[in-house]
Amino acid sequence: MKETFPLFPQRASTLAGQVDALYFYLIAVSVLFTLLIAIAIIYFAIKYRRRSESELPRGVEGSLTLEIAWSVIPLLIALSFFFWGASIFFAINRPPNDALEVSVVGKQWMWKFQHADGQREINELHVPVGRPVRLTMASEDTIHSFYVPAFRVKRDVLPGRISTMWFEATRTGRFHLFCAEYCGTKHSGMIGWVEVMDPVDFQAWLAGGSGSESLASAGSKLFAQHACNTCHRSDSLARGPNLEGLFGKPVALQDGRTVTADETYIRESIVMPNAKIVAGFQPIMPTFQGLISEEGLLQLVAYVKSLSKAAPSPGGVVPPVAAPGAGQPFTPGPQPPRERTQPPAERNR
Amino acid sequence: MSAVTVPPTTEPVAPPRVHYLNSRYGLKSWLLTRDHKRIALLYLASVTVFFFIGGLFALLIRLELLTPAGDLVQSETYNKLFTMHGIVMIFFFLIPSIPAVLGNFFIPMMIGARDLAFPRLNLLSWYIFVVGGLFTLWAVVHGGVDTGWTFYTPYSTTYSNSYVVVTAIGIFITGFSSILTGLNFIVTVHTMRAPGLTWFRLPLFVWSHYATSLIMVLGTPVVAVTILMVGVERLFHLGIFDPKLGGDPILFQHLFWFYSHPAVYIMVLPSMGVVSEIVTTFSRKNIFGYKFVAFASIAIAVLGFLVWGHHMFVSGQSVYAGMIFSILSFLVAIPSAVKVFNWTATMYKGSISYRTPMLYAFGFIGLFTIGGLTGLFLATLGVDVHVTDTYFIVAHFHYIMVGGAIMGYMGGIHYWWPKISGKLYPEGWARFAALVIFVGFNLTFFPQFVLGYLGMPRRYHAYPEEFQVLNVMSTAGASILGIGYLLPLIYLFWSMRYGKAAPANPWGSTGLEWDTPSPPPTENFAVTPVVRGEPYHYSHEEVEIVG
Amino acid sequence: MADATAPAAPVTTSAHGGSPELQHQFDTVDQQREASSFGMWVFLVTEILFFGGLFLAYTVYRHTYSQAFAEASRHLDITLGTFNTAVLIVSSLTMALAVFSAATGRRKAIVVFLLATMALGAVFLGVKAVEYSHKFHDHLVPGPSFHFPGPDARPAEIFFSLYFTMTGLHAVHMVVGIGLLTALVLQARKGRYTPEYHTPVEVCGLYWHFVDIVWIFLFPLLYLIGRHIH
Repeated sequence: MKETFPLFPQRASTLAGQVDALYFYLIAVSVLFTLLIAIAIIYFAIKYRRRSESELPRGVEGSLTLEIAWSVIPLLIALSFFFWGASIFFAINRPPNDALEVSVVGKQWMWKFQHADGQREINELHVPVGRPVRLTMASEDTIHSFYVPAFRVKRDVLPGRISTMWFEATRTGRFHLFCAEYCGTKHSGMIGWVEVMDPVDFQAWLAGGSGSESLASAGSKLFAQHACNTCHRSDSLARGPNLEGLFGKPVALQDGRTVTADETYIRESIVMPNAKIVAGFQPIMPTFQGLISEEGLLQLVAYVKSLSKAAPSPGGVVPPVAAPGAGQPFTPGPQPPRERTQPPAERNR
Repeated sequence: MSAVTVPPTTEPVAPPRVHYLNSRYGLKSWLLTRDHKRIALLYLASVTVFFFIGGLFALLIRLELLTPAGDLVQSETYNKLFTMHGIVMIFFFLIPSIPAVLGNFFIPMMIGARDLAFPRLNLLSWYIFVVGGLFTLWAVVHGGVDTGWTFYTPYSTTYSNSYVVVTAIGIFITGFSSILTGLNFIVTVHTMRAPGLTWFRLPLFVWSHYATSLIMVLGTPVVAVTILMVGVERLFHLGIFDPKLGGDPILFQHLFWFYSHPAVYIMVLPSMGVVSEIVTTFSRKNIFGYKFVAFASIAIAVLGFLVWGHHMFVSGQSVYAGMIFSILSFLVAIPSAVKVFNWTATMYKGSISYRTPMLYAFGFIGLFTIGGLTGLFLATLGVDVHVTDTYFIVAHFHYIMVGGAIMGYMGGIHYWWPKISGKLYPEGWARFAALVIFVGFNLTFFPQFVLGYLGMPRRYHAYPEEFQVLNVMSTAGASILGIGYLLPLIYLFWSMRYGKAAPANPWGSTGLEWDTPSPPPTENFAVTPVVRGEPYHYSHEEVEIVG
Repeated sequence: MADATAPAAPVTTSAHGGSPELQHQFDTVDQQREASSFGMWVFLVTEILFFGGLFLAYTVYRHTYSQAFAEASRHLDITLGTFNTAVLIVSSLTMALAVFSAATGRRKAIVVFLLATMALGAVFLGVKAVEYSHKFHDHLVPGPSFHFPGPDARPAEIFFSLYFTMTGLHAVHMVVGIGLLTALVLQARKGRYTPEYHTPVEVCGLYWHFVDIVWIFLFPLLYLIGRHIH
C-alpha cells in the first residue's frame, strides 16, 4: 500500500471524502482566480507594452460598479467556503453516540493508548473498520497533536485539559499517526501507526490481551483506593455531589454559573477541586494533583462516565458489538497468531 | 504627482554636488546621524545581514530534509535551526525590512517633509533594533533556542533547555524599535504633510505604511507583554500559563496570535504599497480605484486584528469561536482581493514597461494571489483541521511572506535604488535575478502544498520515505532561490561604484520623491514643495524619460 | 502635483528664524508642539495595550478561579495599598501644578512641584518595596518556596504571579517616570521652559498621569476583590 511518490493522501475515513470534496472545490476556485489574474496581467502586459519611450496613455477613471462586483462576488464565494467548511467542522466535532472509547495520553515523545476494556498499546492503535472510535486525550507534559492524515482529522492534546476527537475508518490497513504540534527534541519521532482491522480480527486482537482490566473498572478501583466514595455517594452521608448519572448533564455552581459535566470538568474537579464548587456543597475536597497520573485521571473519567450509562454495567465494559453491517456476532474464538507490537506494561522513556 | 519642472535636477549633475551621502564623512557621521535617509541605510545594512543569517539557517534546514532520515544534524540542532530561521526572518528581517528601510527613506520625501517628526527617536529605534538583534545573536552563538518562533507554552516555559529568556529579551527589545518606528510614521503623516497634500493626495505607499504603523503601535505591545510573561515564568517561576497551577496554555496562544497574526500584515502591507507605486510608474497610469486601494489597507489593518483565532481551530477553543474566526478570516481576504484586482486593472490601457521593479510587481501579484487563495483553504474550518500544522501552512505563509513581502521588498529596492544610491543598477542582471528568484521560489514552495495535503507535519527533523521526492524538489528550488538572492547583493554593491549615475527621475514617475536630485540633499527639498493635485497623474503632464 | 517653484512655498529650509527650540524638520513651533503631544498620546495607546495583555490574563483567571483570587487578594496589605493610592493621586496633582506653573511662567514653582512629584513617586516605590518584602517573608512569592494555606494554593500562585508582574511592571514605569522628571528638573533649573515652550513638561505630565491611572485600575483589581466576601 505504500507508494514511493504519492501526490494525494489515502482516504480511509468517513470524513476524508467530505474534506476532499471541499478541497477540490477550493482548488477549482483558486485555479480559476489565479488564471484570471495571470491571464489578465499577461494579456495587458503584451497588449499595452510600451511601444515608444514618449508614449503617454490617457488616465482611466475607476469604476464603482467594478469595485462592488469584485468585492461582492469573492465574498459570496468565500461564504460558500465558510458554510461548507463549518458543516464539516461540526461533523468533526460531533462524535456519534455508539463510538468505541479509547483513552490517549501523549507524553514526550510517545503515544499511550488504553482501550475501553483495558488493552494498552504504545505508538500503535488498533481499531476496527466501520465503527466510530472516540478518543479521550490528555497530555502529561507539553502540547501534542494527534493527527492521522488518512482520516483528515487532527486535534491538539493539551496539558491540564481533556480533548476529544473521533473518526470512523472505512478501510483496513496501516495509516500514519503523527504528532502535529511541535513538542520538543524528538517531535518528529512521536509517530506511530493506526492499524485498522476487520471487526472479527479486532475482537480477536482485543481478546488476546493478557489480563488488563477495563478502563472503567480500573477507574473504580482508583475511586475506592483514594477513598473518593466516602464523600461521593448517593445516601445522606454524602458530603460531595453524587456522581451517578452526572456525566454530560448541566451542573449548577455556587456562584450561579452552570457548566456541563464533560471530561475536562471532571478532570478539573479532581486536580483543582475548588475551581468550580457545586451549589450546595462546601469547598472541602483536597486536590489530587500529582497523586494520580494522567492515565489514572482518564480511568477515573471513564469510571464517572460509566456511572451514567443507561444500563450501568459495573465494570463499564462496552458490550461487544460487531461492526454495523458486518452482521457477525462476536465469537471469542482462538486468538490468531497476531504479533503484539508492544508489551502491555508501560515503557518508561 | 508630478510637474517636475525644476531645471537643475532634471539631468545628472556635475560631481561635486552635496547630497546626504557625501555631506559628511566618517563612522561618527553615520552612527550619530539623525537624517532619516542615513538611518534607512543603517537599517538596510542590518536587515541584509539578518536576511542572510536567516537564509543560511533555511539552507541548512533544506539540506537536512533532502533525505528522510535525520542524518545531517541532530534533532536538537534541527529544532534550533527552524526556530532561529523563523525568529531572525520574522522579527529581524521581514517586520523591519520595508518600513524601516524604504518607509524611513521615502515617507518624509513623499509627503514633502525634511525628516520624520522625531529624528532622534528614529535613530534610537535603530539602536534598539541592534541591541535586540545582538541579544538574539548572542543566544544563537551560545547554543540557540528550540521553541519554534511561536514560543508555545508550556514547552517554552517549562520543558525547553535552550536560551529562551535571552532570545525573548531580544525580541522584546526589538518590539520597541517597531513601536517607535510606527509611532514616528503616524505622527509624521498626521502633522508634517506638505501644503496642499491632503489625505487623498497621499501616495498609496504612505497609506499602506500608515496602516502598518497602526498595527505596529497596537499589536506589538501585546506580544511584548506576552513574551515578557513567558520570560518571567521561566526566570522567576511566576506561573501565569503553567498548567500545573491551573494556568491556561491556550491563553498564551490567544495573546500571541493577537499580535502575530496582524504581524503578517506588517510584513505584507508595506509590500502592497510598493507594488502600488511600481505598477503605476511602469504603466504610466493613475491607479485604478485609488480610494478603494487606500481604504483596503486600513480595512486589512483593522480586520487583521479580529482573526487571530484561526490559528487555533484544532487547539480546543469552542466550535462557535472557530466559526466566528473563520468568517472574519474570509472577510479580511476581500480587501486583499480588491487590491489585486485594482492593480491588474491599472495596467489596462497603460504603457507597460518591463523594467526589473515591474517584474517583481508581476511576481508579487501572482504569488500573493496564490498565497491569499491558499489562505482561504486555512480559513475553511473543515479543511484547516487536516492541513494545519503541516507543510501546507509552511507553503502558504512563505507564499505570503517570501512571494509577497520579499518580492515587494526586492521590487522596492530596485525601484528606488537610483534615488538611494544615485546609481543605476545593471538592468540585464537584475531581470535575470528576478527570473531566478521567481523560478526558485516556486520550485521551493509549491511542492510543499502537495506535501502538506499528503500530511507531512511541519517542524519534522525526519520524515517517512514516501515524502522524499517532493522534499528533494523543494531543496533544489531553495538552492536556486539562494543564488537568486545573492545576485542582487553582488550587482547592487557593484553598481554603487561602477553603475551609471542616475538622473533625478529615471522612470518618469510622478512621485514627489523623484522631484529632487538623486541622491537627495540632506534636507530633501531645496524648497518645501506645494502639492496641487492628485497622485499618479500622468496623462496631463509631460514626462521626462531617461533610458 | 508638486510645484516646487511655487512662490507660495511658506518656509525655506534655511530660514528657521523664531524660537531656538524649533527643530529643523518642523516649520513652526505649533507644528512641533502638536507633533510631540500627539506622539505621546500614541505612545500611551501603546502602553494601554501593553498593560492590556496582563489585564486580559487577569480577567480570564479571575473568572475561572474567582474563589481563589478573592482568597488570595485578602493576603495583600490593604492599608499600605490605600496609602499608596493616596500618594499617587497627590503626585498627579503636583504634576498638574508643575505643568500649570510652566504654562504660566513660574520658573521656581516648576522645579518645586516637579521635585514634590518625584518625592511622592519615591514614597510610593518605598512602600511597594516594603510590601514586596512582606510577601517574601510570608512565602507568597511564586516559585519553589511558595506556600499558601488551603486547597486554593495553585490558583493563588497564579494570582501572585499576576500581582508581581503587574505591580512590578507598574513600578518600572514609575522609575522611568522619576528619571524623566529628573531630566526636566535639570532643564527647568536652567530656566529653559517658558509659557511659549514647555512641551517636554506637558508630555511628561501626560505620561505621569497615565502611570497613575494604571494604578487606579490595579488597586481595586488586586487589593479589593475579596473584600465583599465574608
